[in-house]
Amino acid sequence: MAELTKELSQVKGEEPAVRGKDVRVHPNPEPPAKGPLDAPTGTPTVIVDDLHIVYRVYGAASENEKGNAVNALTRILKRQGRPQMKEVHAVKGVSFVAYHGDAIGVVGRNGSGKSTLLRAIAGLLPPHEGAVYTDGQPSLLGVNAALMRELTGERNIVLGCYAMGMTPAEVREKYQEIVDFSGIDEFVQLPMSTYSSGMGARLRFAISSAKTHDVLLIDEALATGDREFRKKSEQRIRQIRESAGTVFLVAHDLKVIEQTCNRVIWLHKGKIKMDGDPKEVLAAYTKG
Amino acid sequence: MSQPESAVADAQAGGRSAQEPLAKLAQRYGLRRAIARPRFHVYLRQLVERRHFILTYATSRNVSKYSSSALGQLWQVLTPLLNAAIYYVMFGIVLGGRDGVVNYPAFLLTGIFVFTYTQRSFTAGAKSISGNLSLIRALHFPRAALPLAYTIQELQQLAISMGVLVLIVLITGEVPTWYWLMIPVVLVLQTMFNIGAGLVMARMGASMRDLNQLLPFITRTWLYASGVFFSIQDKVVGSAELPQWVATAMYLNPAAAYIEWMRDILIYKHIPPAMVWAPCVFWAVFALGFGFWYFWRAEERYGRG
Repeated sequence: MAELTKELSQVKGEEPAVRGKDVRVHPNPEPPAKGPLDAPTGTPTVIVDDLHIVYRVYGAASENEKGNAVNALTRILKRQGRPQMKEVHAVKGVSFVAYHGDAIGVVGRNGSGKSTLLRAIAGLLPPHEGAVYTDGQPSLLGVNAALMRELTGERNIVLGCYAMGMTPAEVREKYQEIVDFSGIDEFVQLPMSTYSSGMGARLRFAISSAKTHDVLLIDEALATGDREFRKKSEQRIRQIRESAGTVFLVAHDLKVIEQTCNRVIWLHKGKIKMDGDPKEVLAAYTKG
Repeated sequence: MSQPESAVADAQAGGRSAQEPLAKLAQRYGLRRAIARPRFHVYLRQLVERRHFILTYATSRNVSKYSSSALGQLWQVLTPLLNAAIYYVMFGIVLGGRDGVVNYPAFLLTGIFVFTYTQRSFTAGAKSISGNLSLIRALHFPRAALPLAYTIQELQQLAISMGVLVLIVLITGEVPTWYWLMIPVVLVLQTMFNIGAGLVMARMGASMRDLNQLLPFITRTWLYASGVFFSIQDKVVGSAELPQWVATAMYLNPAAAYIEWMRDILIYKHIPPAMVWAPCVFWAVFALGFGFWYFWRAEERYGRG
C-alpha cells in the first residue's frame, strides 16, 4: 500500500485534483500559434478529443487490517468494496490538436493533471471518456522506473535501452554516446545508488533520449542537472523537434518552457485554461 | 469505463464523429487511438521481440536482489535447505512422515525444491504487475514481459538449487541412471506451467489488491496438498483412511505431479506411470495457453490503478 501511495504521488503531484468549482474552459483549441523557433508543418500528430481520466486511489490500510489474511478473505467473500478507495477525476474534458514540429509546454499548479495528461497521450493510462489519437507511438521520457539503484550505471544503460525496446545492436551503438552525453565518466562502473542526484538525473535523461521518438513527452526531466547539462538537453530537445517530431514538455521552470516551446497549454484543475503563444499564456499564468 | 474492444471503439468513434470534428480529423490523417490491444498473435510476436529486455530484467533483478546481504546468492540455496531441516525434524521424525519412505532426505528435498519453484513463481507473478506500476505507467512494452521475467528469474535461481539437489541425492546414496536425462523434460514442463500460472496470478494480482495477503494461505494449503514431506498414498489412504479418490485428486494437482515425476527419476528409478506424466503435460500446455490468453485479455487495463 505504501508503495502504491508513493507511486501515485509520483504520478500525480502532491495534491489530488478534487471536483471543485468549474473553471473557464477554453472553448475551442486554437490553431497553434507561430512560435519563436519555427512554424509547425501542419499535419496533426496528436489529437486529444474531450479526454477524461479518472484515477482510482487506494488509501493506506488502517492499522487493524494490515497483513491479516483472514480479514482479506472475509472482505472478498462479502464482496465489500475497499473502504479507502476514492476516485480522482484528474483530467476533465481536454481537447487540442498538436502538429508536426510543435514543442508544447504544459504548465499548471501541482495536481492540475499535467503528468496524467502526458501519460494518457503516451497511451499508458486508458481514458475514462474521450480519446487520444496519435501518429506513431508517443513515448514518455522516463526510463527511471526500469532502472535499479543497486546496479552499476553500465548495467542500467543496457537495461534501460532494452526497456525502451532497442535491439542489442542499437544498444552497442548507443552505449558510448549515452556515457559521453551524461558526462558521468568512470562513475559508470559504480552502482547508481552512489550517484549524486544530478548525476542520476543526467544519466536518466541520456538513456531515455538516446532513442529517436516521433512524439516525445518530457515530464520535469530538466529540473535537475547543472547549467551546462541543461543547455545540452535543451539542444537535444531542439534536435528532436527538427527531426519533425512533436515534443510535450512539463516543467515548473517557466524559463525553460519559454526558451524551448512554441506553444503553451495552461492546465487548471484538469481543464485547459489557456492555450496559445508562450508569451501570452505565460504572462497570464504568472499573473493569475 | 474499461477500454472497449476495438470493434466497439470504432463504432464509438464513428458515432462521435457526427458531432465531434476531432475524431474525424484523426481519421483523415490516419491517427490511431493511443490505447488499443494488439491481436493475440501480434502480441506474442511483440513479446518475442522484447526477449532481450525480459532476460536482462530477470538477470538484473537477480543481481540486485542479494546485493545488500552478506551471503549474497547463497541464500537461494540456504533458504530451502533450512526449510528442509525444519520439515525433516517436525514432519519426518516427530510426526513420523519418514516411516515407510525410501531415502526420506532425498524424498523431502526433491519435494521442497520442486515445490518452491512453482510456489515462488506463483507469488512473484502476483506481484509482477501490482509492484511495477511506475514502470507500466512510464514505458511501452507488452505487459506479459513482466510476469515472464519474474518466472525466468525464478528459473535462474532454480538452476542453482537443482545442482544442490542432485548433489544431495548423490550423497544420500542414489546412483545416477539414464532416467536422469529426463530431468530437463520435467523442468521444461514445470516452467511452462509456472509461466502460465504466473500470468494468471499477475492479472489477478493487478485487480485484486488483497491477493498478496491471501497468497501465503493458498500456498501453505497447496504445500500440504502436494505431499512435499509425506507420501500421499500412505498417509491419506493408509493412515487417515480417506477414500482413494482424495489421494488421486491430490496426485493430479500440478505441484504434486511434478514432484512425483522428479522423485521417480531421482529416487525410484523408473519411467513415471501415465498417472504422473499425463497431468504434468496437461497442466503445462493448459496453463501456458490459458495464461497468455487470460493475461492478454486485460492488456490495456494494467496500470490503471
